[in-house]
Amino acid sequence: MQNQRKIRVLIAKPGLDSHDRGAKIIARALRDAGMEVIYTGLKQTPEQIVETALQEDVDVIGLSILSGAHKTLFPMIMELLKQKGLTDVLVVAGGIIPEEDVPEMKKLGIKGIFGPGTRTNEIIQYIFENIPKRT
Amino acid sequence: MRTLPKIQEIARGVLAGDRRSIARAITTIENNSPKAQELIASIFPHTGKAHIIGLTGPPGSGKSTLIDKIIREYRRKGKTVGVIAVDPTSPFTGGAFLGDRIRMQELSTDQGVFIRSMATRNYLGGIAKATKNAAKVLDSAGKDVVIVETVGAGQSEVEIIKVAQTIVVLFAPGLGDEIQAIKAGIMEIADIFVVNKADRANADKAVMDIQAMLQLNSKERMWKPPVLKTTALTGEGVSQLIERIGDHRLFLEKEFERKRSREKAEAELVEAIKEKVANSIIEELKTEGKLEESLQKILEKKMDPASIAEKLLNKKFKKQVQK
Repeated sequence: MQNQRKIRVLIAKPGLDSHDRGAKIIARALRDAGMEVIYTGLKQTPEQIVETALQEDVDVIGLSILSGAHKTLFPMIMELLKQKGLTDVLVVAGGIIPEEDVPEMKKLGIKGIFGPGTRTNEIIQYIFENIPKRT
Repeated sequence: MRTLPKIQEIARGVLAGDRRSIARAITTIENNSPKAQELIASIFPHTGKAHIIGLTGPPGSGKSTLIDKIIREYRRKGKTVGVIAVDPTSPFTGGAFLGDRIRMQELSTDQGVFIRSMATRNYLGGIAKATKNAAKVLDSAGKDVVIVETVGAGQSEVEIIKVAQTIVVLFAPGLGDEIQAIKAGIMEIADIFVVNKADRANADKAVMDIQAMLQLNSKERMWKPPVLKTTALTGEGVSQLIERIGDHRLFLEKEFERKRSREKAEAELVEAIKEKVANSIIEELKTEGKLEESLQKILEKKMDPASIAEKLLNKKFKKQVQK
């Protein structure tokens, strides 16, 4: 029997902004790249996002945020991931994350940060290249 | 590298109700990884306690929203719930957008609830190939109720009967007239009919259409499927639905369980044999490099697929005897 692994991605909207056009475009692009994309819907707490990632056993979490609360919410999410043992999940982020905040985000472990104007192909390629291999 | 725990560790975790282990177990089954069988073998003796409920119906009839309310009702009664929500895989790209849990997301942090989205991976019949065994994982993990939401089903997506004990078929007013109700398929597999969005006009008409259809049944059935109304958005009618689901389970235990369980066991065995035999023949063809040859015969219309299959099977049996 052959192994039929698929890349599973959670697209999550943390915090209180209610604009998910970007998140949906990304979800669609990843779907068309052959991935299984789970979307949480709007206004998710860090607990909801991490618990969903755990239940869905995703390989990648994509966080979309426009509210400016990334400096509060992203550390909470990364901490919860650590607590639950989900340290081998690739976390990427998009939306409005000012240039000066990027180093801080990278220090948290969110290395792939994609602002407005990023081509979807770039994100897809990043995921394929950086996704943790499962043994 | 992502190192995965050993399969026996995962199995032990599942039986202890550990959420990470449950998630990993379902992935293992979905990916049809070589260890999946070992996993299923370890958990199988611990299955059979949960009430497995199938919920099916056309796209947009409100399945996910109703499940959200059903879970809440069971939680109020102190029951734990597992959900497998199936959505279609794109036949073109192999990708999928799994959006069912959006409607249940408030429950995602409830430790008594486990929700898993699942893509069909092009399996036909309204569920995924892994759905049945994923339900067993949730069952063996101690969930009292396991709900399987099929893809938005048309008329012939009836694979759910191989998974669930109680099948709820959901409709919404205005999706079809009495002619639809006479058709075979999902109309025949229902143990309980639900007309959702009952706050809309025509809800009573839909109920009547279904009831009229049921009266046309020539066979006298021991269980008469009730026709209920719900409004999933407000939760109206959900507690009555739960009651009837409970009634159906009692009925199964009393009258029917053994027959249906036997039928399900037979179907599962037949399917497992098919898969094992098919795989072993296909693998052999591939290693011998004869797959192309057989395909060419079909393409050139020299031989039909069934005849080739018969020949291959005979050949395989002879080989076994010689050994």
